[in-house]
Amino acid sequence: MTDTSAPGRDSVTRIMAWVLGALVPGIAAHVWLFGPAILITLALATVTAVAAEAAMLRARGYPLRPFLFDLSAVVTAWLLALSLPPLAPWWLIVTGVLAAIVVAKHLYGGLGQNIFNPAMVGYAVLIVSFPAQMTQWAGPLELTGTSLTLNESATLIFGGELPRARLDAVTMATPLDTLRTGLLQQLTVDETLRQPIFGTLGGVGFEWLAVAFWVGGLILWARRIIGWQVPMAFLAGIVLAAGLLHFADAGRYGSPLFHFFAPSVALAAFFIATDPVSGATTPRGKLIFGFGAGVLTIVIRTWGGFPDGVAFAILLMNLAVPLIDQTTQPRIYGETRTGREPRA
Amino acid sequence: MARELFRFKGGVHPPDHKAESNARPIHAAPIPRQLVIPVRQHIGNPAKPVVDVGDTVRTGQLIAAADGTISAAVHASSSGTVVAVEPRVLPHASGLPDLCIVIDTDGRDEWVERTPLDYRAMPAADLRMKLRDMGLAGLGGAVFPSAVKLDAGPAQICPLLILNGGECEPWITCDDVLMRHHADDIMRGAAIMRHLLGSTEVLVGIEDNKPEALAAMREAAARLEFAVEVVAVPSVYPGGGAKQMIETLTGRQVPSGKLSTDIGIQVFNVGTAHALARAVLHGEPMIERLVTVTGHVLRPQNFRVRIGTPMQTLIDLAGDREGATGVLMGGPMMGLVMPNSHVPVVKATNCILVQSRELFPAPPAALPCIRCTRCADVCPAELQPQELFRFAKAGDFGRAQEYHLFDCIECGCCTYVCPSHIPLVAYYRYGKSEIWAREREKRAADLARERHEFRQFRLEREKVEKAAKLAAKAAAARAQAAQDQARRVAPATDAPATATPDAAAGGTGEADAKKAIIAAALARAQAKKAQSAPKNTGQLSPEQQRAIDEIEARRAKIRELARKPLESETENP
Amino acid sequence: MLTAIGVMVLLAGVIGVALGWSAVRLKVEGNPLAEKIDAILPQTQCGQCGFPGCKPYAEAIARGEADINQCPPGGEDGVKQLAELLGVEPKPLDGEHGVPKPKSVAFIDEQTCIGCTLCIQACPVDAIVGAAKQMHTIIASECTGCELCLPPCPVDCIAMIEIREDLPHWKWRYPQIQLKRVA
Ligand code: SF4
Ligand code: SF4
Ligand code: SF4
Ligand code: SF4
Repeated sequence: MTDTSAPGRDSVTRIMAWVLGALVPGIAAHVWLFGPAILITLALATVTAVAAEAAMLRARGYPLRPFLFDLSAVVTAWLLALSLPPLAPWWLIVTGVLAAIVVAKHLYGGLGQNIFNPAMVGYAVLIVSFPAQMTQWAGPLELTGTSLTLNESATLIFGGELPRARLDAVTMATPLDTLRTGLLQQLTVDETLRQPIFGTLGGVGFEWLAVAFWVGGLILWARRIIGWQVPMAFLAGIVLAAGLLHFADAGRYGSPLFHFFAPSVALAAFFIATDPVSGATTPRGKLIFGFGAGVLTIVIRTWGGFPDGVAFAILLMNLAVPLIDQTTQPRIYGETRTGREPRA
Repeated sequence: MARELFRFKGGVHPPDHKAESNARPIHAAPIPRQLVIPVRQHIGNPAKPVVDVGDTVRTGQLIAAADGTISAAVHASSSGTVVAVEPRVLPHASGLPDLCIVIDTDGRDEWVERTPLDYRAMPAADLRMKLRDMGLAGLGGAVFPSAVKLDAGPAQICPLLILNGGECEPWITCDDVLMRHHADDIMRGAAIMRHLLGSTEVLVGIEDNKPEALAAMREAAARLEFAVEVVAVPSVYPGGGAKQMIETLTGRQVPSGKLSTDIGIQVFNVGTAHALARAVLHGEPMIERLVTVTGHVLRPQNFRVRIGTPMQTLIDLAGDREGATGVLMGGPMMGLVMPNSHVPVVKATNCILVQSRELFPAPPAALPCIRCTRCADVCPAELQPQELFRFAKAGDFGRAQEYHLFDCIECGCCTYVCPSHIPLVAYYRYGKSEIWAREREKRAADLARERHEFRQFRLEREKVEKAAKLAAKAAAARAQAAQDQARRVAPATDAPATATPDAAAGGTGEADAKKAIIAAALARAQAKKAQSAPKNTGQLSPEQQRAIDEIEARRAKIRELARKPLESETENP
Repeated sequence: MLTAIGVMVLLAGVIGVALGWSAVRLKVEGNPLAEKIDAILPQTQCGQCGFPGCKPYAEAIARGEADINQCPPGGEDGVKQLAELLGVEPKPLDGEHGVPKPKSVAFIDEQTCIGCTLCIQACPVDAIVGAAKQMHTIIASECTGCELCLPPCPVDCIAMIEIREDLPHWKWRYPQIQLKRVA
C-alpha cells in the first residue's frame, strides 16, 4: 500500500547541507582570527564522525544508504569542532566526536531518536573530563600578532609538541575564562575588562566570530531552515538574565552585550539550540525551550563550575522537552475548549 | 469592493499541473459496451438493488433504491440488460469486491420519462426525498448524500451558502471546465440550494489560478435575480477543503467535531450544484459526471462520463502511453491508488491520474522523523503531525486520539513537506481504521456481555420459578395425601385404638407420594433423554470423539461452576 | 524518649484509625478490578479459559487465582492489555486452553435442522432463535463465535463460517517502510 500524497523536494540531506553551508562564514572568521588550525580540527572531526556513524549503522543493521548521506553526523561533528578550542589535541577531538555519535546519537536509537543534542553531549563529556585542555584557546591574531601555520597546527594537534615559547605566544585563556578568573581574584568587571583580551563589545576578535555566526544563522532563517522562535527566545533569555544580573551589581556581572556577542552564544542560538531532534516541537514550546536555555546559560556561567554554560543549559532543557511539548499543545483548528473561540 | 479574505493556517503550494487538461473542451465519452455500477458509491447505507438479472433497463431507471436517510439511489447509466448483480472490484484502495449491477448496454440509450420538478411548489421534505431517489451525492470527493446536506436542521435556515470552486488539488480540472462551460446551470443549482436552505447570502469561492472560470461565473452571477458574490481566493492547497474555504471567506472556523451548519454555513461543490440543477430542472438522475483524465496520457482532458464506465476506456480515449505505472483516483495529494485500471468510474471519481516514473518518481526511502515540525507548520487542521505519527506508529491509539487524530483531514500537506519522506497520511489512515475496528469490537463485546448477563439472569429466574413450581406441586400432593388419609381415617373412627399407627401410616403415605412424584419425573426425564439422544454419535472418528469429549468436559465444568454461585446464594437466606 | 515513643504511637494510632475509617467509608461497591479486566476480555463467553464465561474468569484473575494467558479469543493482544492493566509482564498464550482462530460466526443449515432446541440451551448469548420442532437460525450479528452450540447438535448441522474482510470492515494496513535492512 503506497501513500499517494507525493513528498515534495525537501529532504533531510538538503536541510543539513544548508546548515553546513551557513557555518562557512563562521569558519572563515575563525581561520582569519585564529589561524588555519580549525580546518584540521574540522577535518578530523568529520572523518571520525562519518566513520563512527558508518560503524554504528552497520552494527545496528541499518543500510548505509540513505542514512550516511543525510549529513547529520557531519553537522554534529562541525558543531562540536567549532565549540572546541582551535588547538585541541587530536585525541580530544576524537573522544568528543565518538561520545557524540556513538553514545548520544546511536545508543539512544539513532537519527531522530536521541533525546540529547549529540554535539553538546560530546562537549559536556570533554569539559568534565579534560577541563584544562578545553579552556586553552589560541589567542586571536590581533593580540598575539602571530598565529600558527597549517603545518605547525598539525604538529601541535597530532603530536602535542611545539616549542614552549611558540605555544605560549599563541595560546591564552578565553575572554569568558578570563572574566571568571578575574572574578575569582576579586577584581571587578571593569578591572578585568581592562585586560588586553577584551575588545569593545566582547572579546577582541571574538565579536567578529560572533557576527559571522549571526550571518550564517540569518541565512538559515531566511531559507526557513530554522524558525525564529528558538534563536530569538534564546537570545532574549541571555539578555534578560545577564541584564538583570548586571543591573543588580554591575561590578560583579558582565554586561548583557558582552554575553550577547560571545561567539558561543551566537553558535548556540542559531545552530545548536535549533537542533530539531532534541528540541521542543510546539510553537510555544520552542519559545520556552529557547528562553530556558538562554537563562540557564547565564546562570551556569555565573554560578556554575565551568566557564561556559551553553552545553549544560541545552542538555538540561533537552531533558525538559517531553514535558514542555506535552503542556504546550497548541489549540487545533476549530477547537473552542482552550479559549479562542473561532474568530467571528 | 473587495471582500476581506482570511488566511487559514498552514497549507502548501505544490505545482498545480492544471494547464495540461483544462484547455481542451469537454468531450462526451461514448457509452461503453458494459457498465459496472456499484451500489455503494456514497457515504452511508449502500443502495438496495431493485432489478434482477435479465431485466431490461432504460437510461435513468432506478436500479438500486436508497436505504435509509443517509443513502442515495443508483440508476442505470444507459439502457440495456442487467447481466449480473454480483460483487466486482471497486475503485477503492482496498481492492475488495462489492455488490455491483452490471448492464450490457444496447447502444440506443433510451431514457425513462424525465419529469422536471417544480421545486418552489414542493414541500422541502418531499423535494429532499426526491433528490435522494435521484441519487444526488456530493461530487467534491466525499460523496455525502446531498439530500441530507440540504436539510438545514431544526433551525430550518442556513444563512450562508458557499459554492466551492476551489479545486485546490493539483492536476484536477473538472470543476474548472465545468465552471467555464456550465456556469448558468451551476447558478440554477445554487438557486435551488438557496431555496432549500433559506440562505440569504451566496458566495462562490474560486482559486485565483482559474481566471476563465472566475470570469464565466461572474457573468452568470450577473444574470441572476438574486445576489451571488464570486470571490477569487488565493491558491493554496488545501484551500478548496470545505473548512478552509469557510475560513478563507468568512474568517470563521467550524468548531472541532461539529458541522458547518452549526455555525449557519453550508458548502457545496460546484459540480453538485450542476447535478442538482440537472436533476430538478431536467429530471435527470445522477448518471454521469465530469472526469479529468490526465497525467501520463497523450491528450489530458475532461470527459463527460456515464457512471460505471471502466477507467481504462477513458485512458484509451485520452491516449494510452507506454510506461504507465499505476492509476490514481483523485489527485496526487489525496487520491487513492486503484487496484487496476478497469475499475468503473463512480460518483466520487473526479480525476483519473495515470502515473509514470517520470511524473511520479518512487518516493525516496523514508528516514526517521527528525522532529523538524515542518509538518506542523503546514497542517491546515493545526495538528502536530509528528506526534500523531509517533503514536500511530507505536500503536498508541489512545494518545493519537488525544492529539486529535480524527481532526486530520488527510490532506497530505504534511507528507508533502516532510524532509524525511515519511508517508505520514498512510499512518493516520491506518490509525483511524484501527481505532474504528477497535470500537466495533468493543461494541460487539458490550453487546455480548449484556446478552450473556441477561441470559444468566434468565436462567436463574427460570430456576427459581421451577423451584417454586415444584414446591407448589409438592404442597398440593401433600394436601392430597392428607385428604386421602382423612378419608381413610374417617370410617375407622370406631376403632380409636388404631389411631396411633394410622397417624404413623399417614406419615409414610406422605413420603411415598413424594417418592412417586420424583420417580415419575425421573422416568419422564429418562424418556426425554432417550428421545433426544444424539443421533450422530454412531460413526465418529476418534478425533471427533476427542473434540466432543473435550468440549463436553468443558461444558460440564461450566455447568458445575455456574451452579455454584447460584447455590451459595440460595443457601444464604 | 518517652514523648517520642508516645508521639509515634499516637501517630500510628491516628493513621490507623484514619485508614480504617476510610476503608469503610470509601469502600467501592463490587470489585472494580474484576470489572476492568472484564472490559478487556472479548466476551466471547466460550469457556475456553476454564471458567463459565468471561466474568468469572475476570473475577478469578482479580483474585489472583487464574493466569492472564488463558483466553484464546482475546489473543496475544488481550494478554498484553491485561498485563498492562495489572502491571505484570505479558506472556505468551497458554496453548492448553486453545489457540486463537479467525473470528467466525455459526451458521445453521436450515434444511437439516430438526428443531431440537439443544443449541439454544448451549448458546451463551441467546443468539439462536427458534422453538421446539421449528427450524433454528443464528442471529449473526449477535453470535460471538464461541462454538458452544456445535457439540450438542444431534444432526451436526451447525458450521462455523469465518468472517471475511469486506468493504465496511476493511482496514488500512500498517505502512510498509523499510528502515532496517532485512538481514
Ligand atoms: S494530513 Fe492531517 S496531519 Fe497532515 S497536514 Fe493534513 S490535516 Fe494535518
Ligand atoms: S515533517 Fe517529517 S521529519 Fe519533520 S517533524 Fe514532521 S514527520 Fe517529522
Ligand atoms: S476464553 Fe472465552 S469465556 Fe474465557 S475469557 Fe476468553 S472469551 Fe471469555
Ligand atoms: S441443535 Fe442442531 S438440530 Fe437442534 S435446533 Fe440447534 S441447529 Fe437445529
